[in-house]
Amino acid sequence: MNKKIALWGILILAFALLPLFIKSNYLLGVLIVIGLYTIIVIGLGILMGYAGQVSFGHAAFFGMGSYTVAVLTTACHWPTIPALIASLILPGLVAAIIGGPTLKLRELYLALATLAFGILVHILFNELKGITGGPSGMTGIPYLSIGGLVFDRDIKFYYLVWVTVLLVSLAVHNLIHSRMGRAMRAIRESEHASETSGIDTAGLKLQAFVFSAVLAGLAGGLYAFYVTFVSPSPFGFHTSVQFVLMAVVGGLGTFWGPLLGAGLVVALGEVLRWAIPLVIPGAGGEYQIIFFGIILMLIMVIKPEGLGAITDLFKKPRVEEVQ
Amino acid sequence: MLEIKGLEVCHGWVQALRGLSLQVSEGETLAVLGSNGAGKSTLLGALAGLYKIKKGDILLDGRSLSGKSPHYMVKEGISLVPERREIFNSLTVMDNLLLGAYHRYRSKKNEVIIDVENILNLFPALRGRENHPAGTLSGGLQQMLAIGRGLMARPKLLLLDEPSVGLAPLVVREIMSTLAELKKTGVTIILVEQNTAAALKVADRALVMERGSIVLSGCSREMMGDTRVQQAYLGRTRVVRPAAAL
Repeated sequence: MNKKIALWGILILAFALLPLFIKSNYLLGVLIVIGLYTIIVIGLGILMGYAGQVSFGHAAFFGMGSYTVAVLTTACHWPTIPALIASLILPGLVAAIIGGPTLKLRELYLALATLAFGILVHILFNELKGITGGPSGMTGIPYLSIGGLVFDRDIKFYYLVWVTVLLVSLAVHNLIHSRMGRAMRAIRESEHASETSGIDTAGLKLQAFVFSAVLAGLAGGLYAFYVTFVSPSPFGFHTSVQFVLMAVVGGLGTFWGPLLGAGLVVALGEVLRWAIPLVIPGAGGEYQIIFFGIILMLIMVIKPEGLGAITDLFKKPRVEEVQ
Repeated sequence: MLEIKGLEVCHGWVQALRGLSLQVSEGETLAVLGSNGAGKSTLLGALAGLYKIKKGDILLDGRSLSGKSPHYMVKEGISLVPERREIFNSLTVMDNLLLGAYHRYRSKKNEVIIDVENILNLFPALRGRENHPAGTLSGGLQQMLAIGRGLMARPKLLLLDEPSVGLAPLVVREIMSTLAELKKTGVTIILVEQNTAAALKVADRALVMERGSIVLSGCSREMMGDTRVQQAYLGRTRVVRPAAAL
């Protein structure tokens, strides 16, 4: 236990001190994006890893959060905090409405339904020009200000995002070890047996779906305040797939999975963009995708449970009593 | 306590229960016998809310429960220990037991802990393995865990679907003697079994189902003496083989 607390202390300290050694705004930006994606993947991890439901539409909830902030702060002139709160509520409400019919579907059908939903919302971002500004997006989003503290610089935003990651992680950690978390793990194992044990599986899956949408909305809202500009392009199908990829590579149902998955996928993309042209002169984007694919495949072959399961390597094997 | 009136259940085009009626009184243990496909498991499934009821009604203490969802049935006091156990393999023994008490979140935590203790007293073999993943247990222990999980719901009516299936004779005897213990606590039990001899020993009353209807019923002792039951399920008569004119 003490070891665990020490590890946490070191990790928090490392994240707190990291910006002092980082001089480039670019690197800080990458870390902020990793933090935002971590928040989304934590939610997706609950949905996929614990409730056993896959969603290929989470970029839509991410986008809804961003657009909620954009519209409320620019067109409606709302203060920033209420706009941020609304960016949690709207995706949650939409998830509650579409979740009822959608979550009755299983596996591939659920994946297709969420995928269709994601594409639909992306089209709406493009086409509802009166509200969203269409493909050219919306500018002029103010900086987030909390009680006089204005988050106008990357370094401030870095701390905001990672404190949020920490708080969300703690909340989820508590959730998983509660009665509800236990029931979610039971659903993943056998829905039939869960029902006969008295668990309202449909209700619980819906709650997990709404919760993951709220987290995606939160990340979206923060993202809008960070870049102060939104357009439909970061919220497409590709992003949804990336979120699922992060969740799987990181390891479903593991505590460190979301952080490791988001960190690896984002960092790998950036590193490859820089490294590939050094090795293969004149190489274009397609080479990056090839190497990206190869590395991810290797990870899944070597560690199919995902990176988050890497802590297993340090555990002593338990000798089971054989009857 | 339990009253079933003209129950009809269909699996697609196949009618699994054909107007089945029966009554079970409080504290009674009823054995349901019959060959494969007679509708025994369907009867338990319908009582647990797993199947849609086409016609008829299920009354528990005078209240209609037809058309209710499985988790609602558990709340109402009907707990099913499913066939092939269906425990949560990757979860620990303790988690499995606590999940049985999932709907009792309003009851005091102490009560649930006392119940866990009672289950461990009932199945002492589970003690000391509380933190083992349930999937690593032997078949017999898994069956005990499944029954324990069912009991954690504090059911009025416990439904057991073939608890002896796939278990060694010694383990079957142990489980059956535990059921006899359980009876003393006053819980009402409906036991579906292929192992007719073992079931009749535990049960107060038994009925035989064939193609979705009850064809025979009576108290266990009568049933044990009934030549039809003996012939069909207890294997006590010489099997008349068809002539070798194949």
